[in-house]
Amino acid sequence: MSDVDGPADPPSGPADALGALGGESESYTLTVNGRSASVPAGWLGESLLWVLRERLGLPGSKNACEEGECGSCSVFLDGLLVCACCVLAADAVDAGIVTVEGLAGEDELSDVQHSFVDSGAVQCGFCTPGLVIAVHDLLDRNPDPTELEVREAISGNLCRCTGYGRILEAVRVVRRERAGA
Amino acid sequence: MRSSTGTGTVPRERGRVTGGVGDSARRPDGAPKVDGSFAFSSDLWADDMLWGRTLRSPHPSARIRSVDVERARRIDGVVAVVTADDVPGSPCFGLEHRDQPVFAHDVVRFHGEPVAAVAAVHPEIAARACEAIEVDYAELDPLLDPEAAIDADPIHPDGNVVRHLRIRHGDVDAGGDVTVEGTYELGMQDQAFMGPESGLAIPDDAGGVDLYISTQWLHVDRDQVAACLGLPTEQVRLTLSGVGGAFGAREDVSLQVHVCLLALRTGRPVKMLYSREESFLGHVHRHPGRLWYRHHATADGDLVKVEARIVLDGGAYASSSSAVIANASCFAAGPYRMPNATVDGYVVRTNNPPCGAMRGFGAVQACFGYEAQMDKLAAALGVDPVELRLRNALAPGDSLITGQVIRGTAPVREVIEAARAHPLPPDPDGRPEVLLPGGTGLTASRGDVRRGVGFAVGFKNVAYSEGFDDYATASVRLEEGVDGEPVATVHSAAAEVGQGLVTLAQQVVRTELGVERVILRPADTSIGSAGSSSASRQAWMTGGAVQAACNAVKETLLRRVAGAHGVDVEGARRQLLVVRDGWVTHVEGDLRLSLVEALDGRPVEQVSVYRHAPTTPLDPDGQGDAHVAFVFAAHRAVVDVDQELGLIRVLQVATGQDVGRALNPVQVTGQIEGGIAQGVGLAVMEEVVMDDGRVRNASFVDYLIPTALDMPEVAATLVEQPEPGAPFGAKGVGEPPTISSTAAVVAAVRDATGLELRRVPIRPEHIALAAGSGADGT
Ligand code: FES
Ligand code: FES
Repeated sequence: MSDVDGPADPPSGPADALGALGGESESYTLTVNGRSASVPAGWLGESLLWVLRERLGLPGSKNACEEGECGSCSVFLDGLLVCACCVLAADAVDAGIVTVEGLAGEDELSDVQHSFVDSGAVQCGFCTPGLVIAVHDLLDRNPDPTELEVREAISGNLCRCTGYGRILEAVRVVRRERAGA
Repeated sequence: MRSSTGTGTVPRERGRVTGGVGDSARRPDGAPKVDGSFAFSSDLWADDMLWGRTLRSPHPSARIRSVDVERARRIDGVVAVVTADDVPGSPCFGLEHRDQPVFAHDVVRFHGEPVAAVAAVHPEIAARACEAIEVDYAELDPLLDPEAAIDADPIHPDGNVVRHLRIRHGDVDAGGDVTVEGTYELGMQDQAFMGPESGLAIPDDAGGVDLYISTQWLHVDRDQVAACLGLPTEQVRLTLSGVGGAFGAREDVSLQVHVCLLALRTGRPVKMLYSREESFLGHVHRHPGRLWYRHHATADGDLVKVEARIVLDGGAYASSSSAVIANASCFAAGPYRMPNATVDGYVVRTNNPPCGAMRGFGAVQACFGYEAQMDKLAAALGVDPVELRLRNALAPGDSLITGQVIRGTAPVREVIEAARAHPLPPDPDGRPEVLLPGGTGLTASRGDVRRGVGFAVGFKNVAYSEGFDDYATASVRLEEGVDGEPVATVHSAAAEVGQGLVTLAQQVVRTELGVERVILRPADTSIGSAGSSSASRQAWMTGGAVQAACNAVKETLLRRVAGAHGVDVEGARRQLLVVRDGWVTHVEGDLRLSLVEALDGRPVEQVSVYRHAPTTPLDPDGQGDAHVAFVFAAHRAVVDVDQELGLIRVLQVATGQDVGRALNPVQVTGQIEGGIAQGVGLAVMEEVVMDDGRVRNASFVDYLIPTALDMPEVAATLVEQPEPGAPFGAKGVGEPPTISSTAAVVAAVRDATGLELRRVPIRPEHIALAAGSGADGT
């Protein structure tokens, strides 16, 4: 809601001072949401989550724990659901990365995204990008999951606001819609 | 939610526009939140921005002999290092008392207390610079026992007892035929919002600063930041940025002063973002508590008297402790008629982490105690526990132990009946093994699983109490949009923290003005305060302010129309000209104008301040009309327990909740489900584990919150009895789900195991080690 926003252009890393950290990387290229994105030289220890958020201007993937416990940073890496906080960015150079920003076309929402809005599955929204990715992953693999399978599939995504009730409802709606389509 | 039934008939106001009050309108921020474009405070970024980082004390209690920042300052990429010596204004901040140092100076009083802060070009450099700061501590023996703290040497110049609240009501010598007694304990719960603390401070050219921040109350943050920076409030401007949940933890200042100080020091934008570990150390928690209770009743089951001693651990600094103990004490008897009461509530300083606001705010702790007592009493009397509650349930016209007579609604019987009416879940026999206690670990065996059912009822106040001047400000502007349609713009400083206030604000305007398009300006301090997004108060308070501003806009518009069209609106004739469903009509004549026609090319804007009815302070006996209104909820929990392993699965929580009126039923349902999740968490898993004053589990690896697999089915009934005096009759819904759900779950586990279980969260050993040993669980 604020008028301060993420960087419009990839900011360059503060390369000069990074020598202090050791382990400096060459610049490298990631493929994110179908586009090549060049990552300027930086610290080699940077996670994929950090690079997406801070260097590539894609802050949609969230950072609730940065240790693989909450799922808020979920992205697809060559179609596989991963926690971007647990992947080194430099390790993802040859992979196709899809983030929440790339799930639907410009100014469009995917069916899962629509359903989250319509079902009341969004409160603060911090868990939402990760959950939307996790639900896409589930329904693409298993179009007709049982309630228990849904709960298992999203049990790696913590949400503190909703108690999951409306999120489960959002998944039910998409499952029904896809079955009817 | 299974069903939504109303016990009162509430007309839904529907006009030409949809999405008004009573509709399940969609959130205006829903789309940006699902596609990743919504800017949380942690997503902010500015040109030439530095990263701030805090150095925190590893000790719960120590004297600081020296702080040497020279080595840190010399690290390449470090731009500034600040300590207590660099704070230009008031050295302390605080919500109710300015008692907490911005940076510890001579002593540290809790594990995690800030000692210094660094700004650097990269967060990793900032982290390493913090490690390079040399602090020479002389460790002291920490004061950790809140009971001992009452009489111990003070750990703070303001003393250890932050507040002792004494309630004497009725005949203090009264006694009953039956008495039951017990002592109960609650561990320290964390709010564990998902979006970590973060903010971006941008210095201006004139010595002032703009802070973009996730918080619950912009104006109290501003006032504290300005005081600590030694600046007039006009030079500190705050704008709310996306808030990733709050639940009370963002009511206190965390990084606000630090990040502004670094920005002013460096002359560059500075961003601070806590890691999860730092978040656990850097915000207040729910007060742990120890509660002793004795209840007296007649042989027929009428409550006669409650005696209680409640001791809450406030940790090192006061935060909102005084108000928390007021709630715990005022509501210590529960939502029951209790003619006589002797309650002593204490909240004290210790060298544990500071505690403050968390959803339910004192009412949660009391409820865990009095509801355990109600079950004990039912057992002693040989009556059904739910019947005992119904027999003693408060009703309008009854008085509380503070002597306050309930003038508004109090559907206690109704919420109990509603919770009880939900069908119980089916027997465990056919359940897949992963749904047994222990879950996917498949550790429980079917034969050892016992089912239990428990019941609890809770209540608390809405909005601020004890004579506090509680108000909210909002402005509404009505104008013609570029498309020729009317558009309304709402401005307020109220914090949207996830609860859906932004939706409600739009709904109120749609209903009041009949305008479909309602734009929300970012919340900031350029308008008057809206008060905090806490105490379940914003639907009432900011809802009321937006409604009042709409009415003021209508009034201005109607005067304009009257002047332009020669309509007589003096005295009672004023009633003849109305705005309804987006039209201005004259009841007697044939004047009918669209809003755009009525505006006649000139926008109308009005600012309104809304106050709820005044409350009064409590007298020395804890008597007074301290609260404006009360909300009630009942919960029935069903659990399966493997007694041998001490594992619990919560299957279902059924609830009836007094909502006054559901302004947005889907959002209300979301509040109920989310609040119950936090109540279940406190019952069976959530605790900030303290070890000799140090936090041992500051991560989501070790501090467990319910996942989708832990979360029970929720069956909810909204009990709608419009509250007189509340805008639209709505009472606020955020906290009641959290108050008695914890007590209900524990009651269910007691029912399954026969153990007394006096402490939450229940740990496996409380059950497994007690079983067969003759112990009663802890
Ligand atoms: S931020 Fe990656 S799992 Fe939590
Ligand atoms: S909506 Fe707030 S954490 Fe899920």
